[in-house]
Amino acid sequence: MTKNGTTNGNGKASVLVVVQMTGGNDFMNTLVPYTSGLYYDSRQTVRITEDRVLSINDKLGFHPAAAPLKEMFDEGDVAIVQGIGYENSNRSHFRAMDIMHTAEPNAISTEGWLAKAITQLDPDGKNVLTGVSFGRGLPRAMAAPGVRVTSVSDIDSYGLMTSVDIKEQRAEELDIFKRFYTPAIGSGATMSYLQQTGDDVLSGIDRLQTVPGRYESTVEYADNPIAKSLRDVARTHIAGLGTRIFYVQHAGYDHHAIEMPAHEKLLDELSGALRDFMADLREHDAAEEVVVYAFTEFGRRVQDNGSGTDHGSGGGAFIVGERVDGGLYAEYPSLDPKTFANGEDLAHTFDFRGVYATLLEQWLSVDSVDIVHGKYEQLQPFKVTQG
Amino acid sequence: MSTGAVGARTDPALLAHLYRRAGFGATREQLDRLGVQDYEDTVEFLLNPTPEAGVPDDILARYMGGEAPHAYTATWLFRMINSECQLQEKMALFWHHVFATGLAKNEHVLAASDQIELFRRNGLRDMRTILLDLSHDPAMIFWLDNNENHLGEPNENYGRELLELFSLGVGNYSEIDIKNAARAFTGWTFGQPPPLYPHGYYPADFRFDPADHDEGEKTFLGSTGNLDGVDIIDIIVEQPACAAFISRHLYNFFVADEPQVPTWNDLPPQDPELVGAMSEAFLDSGGEIRDVLRVMFNSDSFKNARFKKVKSPVELVVGVLKAVGEHDDFRFGLAKYAESTTVLMGQKLLDPPTVEGWHTGKEWIDGGNLTERVNFAVGEIGDGSSPGIRRIVDRLVEGDSLSTPESFVDGTLEAIGPIEVEDVTRAALVKFAVDSEGDDDRSRVVRMLRLTVSTPEYQFA
Repeated sequence: MTKNGTTNGNGKASVLVVVQMTGGNDFMNTLVPYTSGLYYDSRQTVRITEDRVLSINDKLGFHPAAAPLKEMFDEGDVAIVQGIGYENSNRSHFRAMDIMHTAEPNAISTEGWLAKAITQLDPDGKNVLTGVSFGRGLPRAMAAPGVRVTSVSDIDSYGLMTSVDIKEQRAEELDIFKRFYTPAIGSGATMSYLQQTGDDVLSGIDRLQTVPGRYESTVEYADNPIAKSLRDVARTHIAGLGTRIFYVQHAGYDHHAIEMPAHEKLLDELSGALRDFMADLREHDAAEEVVVYAFTEFGRRVQDNGSGTDHGSGGGAFIVGERVDGGLYAEYPSLDPKTFANGEDLAHTFDFRGVYATLLEQWLSVDSVDIVHGKYEQLQPFKVTQG
Repeated sequence: MSTGAVGARTDPALLAHLYRRAGFGATREQLDRLGVQDYEDTVEFLLNPTPEAGVPDDILARYMGGEAPHAYTATWLFRMINSECQLQEKMALFWHHVFATGLAKNEHVLAASDQIELFRRNGLRDMRTILLDLSHDPAMIFWLDNNENHLGEPNENYGRELLELFSLGVGNYSEIDIKNAARAFTGWTFGQPPPLYPHGYYPADFRFDPADHDEGEKTFLGSTGNLDGVDIIDIIVEQPACAAFISRHLYNFFVADEPQVPTWNDLPPQDPELVGAMSEAFLDSGGEIRDVLRVMFNSDSFKNARFKKVKSPVELVVGVLKAVGEHDDFRFGLAKYAESTTVLMGQKLLDPPTVEGWHTGKEWIDGGNLTERVNFAVGEIGDGSSPGIRRIVDRLVEGDSLSTPESFVDGTLEAIGPIEVEDVTRAALVKFAVDSEGDDDRSRVVRMLRLTVSTPEYQFA
């Protein structure tokens, strides 16, 4: 393994794509313990019956809507991290997500784990595209004081002053804009930060705007937000702009009510998008250096509420890619009620910071101790580099 | 710099500054109207809101009512744009920052909006009333788990945040004080619990459960007795630390960006003199926020602190909407600004990220947020067809502003502000004025306005 990530074996710099499943994915209904009596006792309504499960062994099987993910699992490209979490799992979405973003369950932190990785990947901040987030707002995982990252809502219309229709006017106004945002000597600290930020936006835009024009593919993605975001990731990665960390979000997993149809739709969207994404990368000979990490902020309550499920703990995560040594990692949370957290939640079996350390150390080749605030047990989800 | 009346009129730049801070900005026409009275009289007008000057609740309910969060936030934006009681709305936002209560946990829109109504009603009153009402507020009780704060099993969440974030600040109390404050608030709960599902649209009301209240002896900040929550608040508001903490919060929100709150115990205020004078007014008046604000708004420090604060997303968006003038009357479409526009810029009303509130100052800005801010402002100014922008264009075209590139730039900065810009910014605007000479007057002015709202300076209040 060399510094900063060539574990992928093809000599290209490793790339991590983080998919945030926002709202708390119901892990029990994603990887279903279909032979458990307790599962069916607890889930009178919000359940996947045995005949519908896509089994992977004599205990567990995928939700039927996750068929594409199951296919990738069968091909050996998916590592499932079962029972991910931390002590005293927080049931507040925001706090729980914040903990996932900052790898800091015990204090409020403003430093995102990926932003800190970016400072190691690009210590001088030379490339504002080292970290790129697609979608609404910059997640805290990608933010830290002084770290330059790029946040894109729509790459096809990405840019400044996009509402100015007349092309010549827009070019002229952008030229003036560039003059406003030229870092000037003697500006106050906040003003120079603003000027620098505007300058970064412009330099990122110039290169990002070339992305759509440089992309052709036979892969047709579905028409939904996560497919669109992953297509944007594929296009940007293929364009070769030096991005090492991508971030996308798939919202809507907070199924307190009417979970069955809603969860099915999301799993269908996500697993289909992941399949198309990997196929797209392979078509462009750009797959081997990419690993996807899909996570959520918490699992859901064991007992359903008659229509959906409330906030719980013990979620799961997926690591997907050609260099992934597919299979089951960590242990599925115990279904013995005596072991439940708070008497009603799945107890986690693997600390999420250990998963981060795994991705940081073994995939991105960055030092994880500072980022996850200590040393945590890691997984071994990657194939050993040959040659 | 002139800080008072210029001839018979108050300096419009000073009034614009006052309205950006004490409110959400003022149009040029408003500034002209306000200019005929003394600055201090305008401050008094802002400090003393009257129901007649506000926006009538029943009309808002009729045109914009609804049970979803965006229905409420749309009405709030409408008030920010149109209420004459600008400071009342700004204080509601101030307390929303300090007593940050998140809808993501509560998921009870009515309780969340009732809390904002409370801040609107009480925001300028005395600290004792404000903290007492806050401690009775169901949204707050649920948010910080005081309904789980029981006799014999105290839950410290509210007690801790009351001291740490809402009144005194770190370093001004002990862990024992927290435990005893928590004990004093046992039994303070609410009746109609905000049920997670189905979403509750019934008001939640405060309940006191005597059987769950700890009647034992407690010592809090040196006082001992069978203290209850009211006693705790009485003791808090007499502390010089409370006066200093709230004054600094007000300074940070209204005058100039301070470092983030958790550092305040270690770093002194940048303007100890003004914060000291405000604290004194607090202590002298028994915690009257109106008196503290009067000292602040009339101080030279305030008058000279122009463009020293990064606008929050809500301030930026409401300021632009005011200038554009499309929402001076009831019409659909405001909800999107609260539910999408400001959210993309990092601020969702009713739903601050944590009990710490939003991180302010330069933390409002990153590449994505800045892109959103610029694109939003440019998009709203658009082709100049909105009534507010038409008025500005008329003013410039009909005056003699367009005679030279320099007067064109100065006239535009004057008409949309007045705002002050750095030399590099002014030079770039002058370049545009030169390059566009000979183009259609109205189109040139609209484009100059678009550029003006794209400047780094426009991000500052």
